[in-house]
Amino acid sequence: MKNFSLTDEMREIIGVVSEPWPIEVTTTSVRAFARGVGYTDPVYYDIAVAEAAGLRTLPAPVTYLGTSAFLPGRSHPVFSEPVDWTPALNHGLANVLDGGTSIHYEREIFAGDVLTARSHIAQLDVKESKRLGTMLVVTTVVEYRDDDADELVAALRTEVIFY
Amino acid sequence: METYLNQFSSFDAVEIGDEIPPLHKRIDRAQLVLYSAGSGDFNPLHWDQAFPQAIALGDNIVHGRMKFAALGELVSRWVGRSGRIRDIACQYRGMDKQGEGFTCRALVTSKQIDEAGDRVIELEMWTEAADGTRTTVGTASVIFY
Repeated sequence: MKNFSLTDEMREIIGVVSEPWPIEVTTTSVRAFARGVGYTDPVYYDIAVAEAAGLRTLPAPVTYLGTSAFLPGRSHPVFSEPVDWTPALNHGLANVLDGGTSIHYEREIFAGDVLTARSHIAQLDVKESKRLGTMLVVTTVVEYRDDDADELVAALRTEVIFY
Repeated sequence: METYLNQFSSFDAVEIGDEIPPLHKRIDRAQLVLYSAGSGDFNPLHWDQAFPQAIALGDNIVHGRMKFAALGELVSRWVGRSGRIRDIACQYRGMDKQGEGFTCRALVTSKQIDEAGDRVIELEMWTEAADGTRTTVGTASVIFY
C-alpha cells in the first residue's frame, strides 16, 4: 500500500486556469468524428440533409467538443491536447485510469464554430480502493467558450484516477 | 449496420420507465483507428496489438470516450430534432475488447418541466457486454422543444 497524501503544493493548483487554447469544429472534423463513432445518420455528413432538417449546417455529434488545434511541440503527440493544459501534479503515482466524463451544454455545437478552451483542476480527492489501494482522483473542468459572442458553450468534466 | 431512425420521440409520448430503442455496436480494430482519427486520441492501447498494455489485457480495448460517444449516439438518434441533449455523463466501469461488441441501452427515469420552463426528460443509460455486464453507466438530460 502506497503512502500518499495531498500536499499544499498540489492544493494550490486547484482552480488555476490554463492558457486559452483554440478548438475547431469543421465540416471535415464533424464527419471524421461521426465516422469514428459509426454514426449512420446522414445529418452529420451531408449538408443538404442537415439543411432539410432545419439546421444551418452539420451539427457536432454529442460528446464531440471540437478538435484541439494541433501545434507541434505544444500538443501532446499521442492525445493531441495541449501539453500545458494543466499544471503538473507531482503525485508520483504510476498508473492511470479514466474514471468518467460529463458534459453540460448551453447550446448545440455546429461545424464552423471556433471555440476557445480553458482548463482547470476543480477537485483533488484521495480515495481508498480495495483493489487499487490509495488513489488520487483528479477532476478537471474544461470550459469551451465562443469568445466572439462572449458565451459559454459547453463545460466538460473529467475524472482521472491515479494509483 | 444500424439504420437511421426516422420516427423521433416526443415529450408527450414518453413515459417514465420506457426503454428507448437500443443501439448495438460491434467495434473492431479498424473502427478504433477511425475513432482515434476522429477524436485525436491515438493511444496505442486502442489500435496496436503489440502494445505491452494491450498484450497484458489480451487485446486492444475500446476507448472509454468512444463508449461515451456511442451512448450519445443512442440518445441522439432517439431525440432526433425534437430536442437537444443538455447534460450527458458516464463512468467507466469495465473494459470492452475490440471485436466483442456491446449494446447501448437507456431507460427514462424522470419527466418534468423544470424551473426554467424547459421540458426535461432524464435517462439512465449504459453499455452492456454480451454477458450482461454494464461496462459504462451514465445519465443524460434532454430538453424537448
